[in-house]
Amino acid sequence: MMLDIYGERFTSRLLLGTAQHPSPTALKNAVAASSAEIVTVSLRRESARARAGQGFWELIEQLGVRVLPNTAGCRTAKEAVATAQMARELFGTAWIKLEVIANDDTLQPELFGLVEAASILVAEGFKVLPYTTEDLSAAEKLAGAGCTVLMPWASPIGSARGLINRDGLKTLRAYFPETTLIIDAGIGAPSQAAEAMELGYDAVLLNTAVAKAGDPVKMAQAFACAIEAGRLGFEAGLIKPRDMASPSTPVAGTPFFKIDRVS
Amino acid sequence: MQILVNGEAVATDARTLAELCATLGFAQAKVATAVNGSFVASAKRGLTPLSPKDEVEIVAPRQGG
Repeated sequence: MMLDIYGERFTSRLLLGTAQHPSPTALKNAVAASSAEIVTVSLRRESARARAGQGFWELIEQLGVRVLPNTAGCRTAKEAVATAQMARELFGTAWIKLEVIANDDTLQPELFGLVEAASILVAEGFKVLPYTTEDLSAAEKLAGAGCTVLMPWASPIGSARGLINRDGLKTLRAYFPETTLIIDAGIGAPSQAAEAMELGYDAVLLNTAVAKAGDPVKMAQAFACAIEAGRLGFEAGLIKPRDMASPSTPVAGTPFFKIDRVS
Repeated sequence: MQILVNGEAVATDARTLAELCATLGFAQAKVATAVNGSFVASAKRGLTPLSPKDEVEIVAPRQGG
């Protein structure tokens, strides 16, 4: 089985952010090491003097991967819609990682604005990938608006705290068995990404954990391995945890066995 | 007239958004635009007149998470 995003199939289940990498070369190498087929990008005000965006676009084109533009920093549905419209023209894709942010401290999604913006954008033909929480009612509204991909946070962006509401994420997975669910934000370690994949999540979107690692290229590779391992574990079917021990070696035929020693 | 371009005050004689983009050297650049909070497609820039105090956004691709 492959990752399905609005009917398009991908082998890699790792989506990588392009921000905060130490250099353009480091970004290129990290993308290659991660095997990511999709990278996230943004749009920002362009200075007539610096023209930073033009050089960045040349770099992205060299990577040969799909881009998923975001609406990072938007505070209202109106801002997010206008940003998405600019992104569609700029990047030539109907995909949009829809972010409507509630506050600076948590960078939590503002769910009411998110649903409003998603409804408008879907009607305009966008393929919306909303950055949301594990909240079921918001997820239902987003699915009802036409989102077939949902991207719940694991924990606040850049916090590296991992899955802070594991039970909530497990419930979300069970509640939306057919929806593509991508963990977006808060992953700090490969083990956390593997945990998300073992829960049955379809993919993980990362940025800071790779870009700010001591060796971003090695960390990109570590996450690629962890995500693949977690997915294989999920597909293989995990055994259920139990309270007490259960011997793996057969008890029958144990040398020196005496029945009165059994507690 | 005075307008705001990317949050900064700019004095311009440009009559349309397309003229403003050309004045700033963005005629051939990979940019997207908005005026007063609403997206303006590149094909519509020549048909979009500018008025004093308009707030123009000119954006380009950038790193993102």
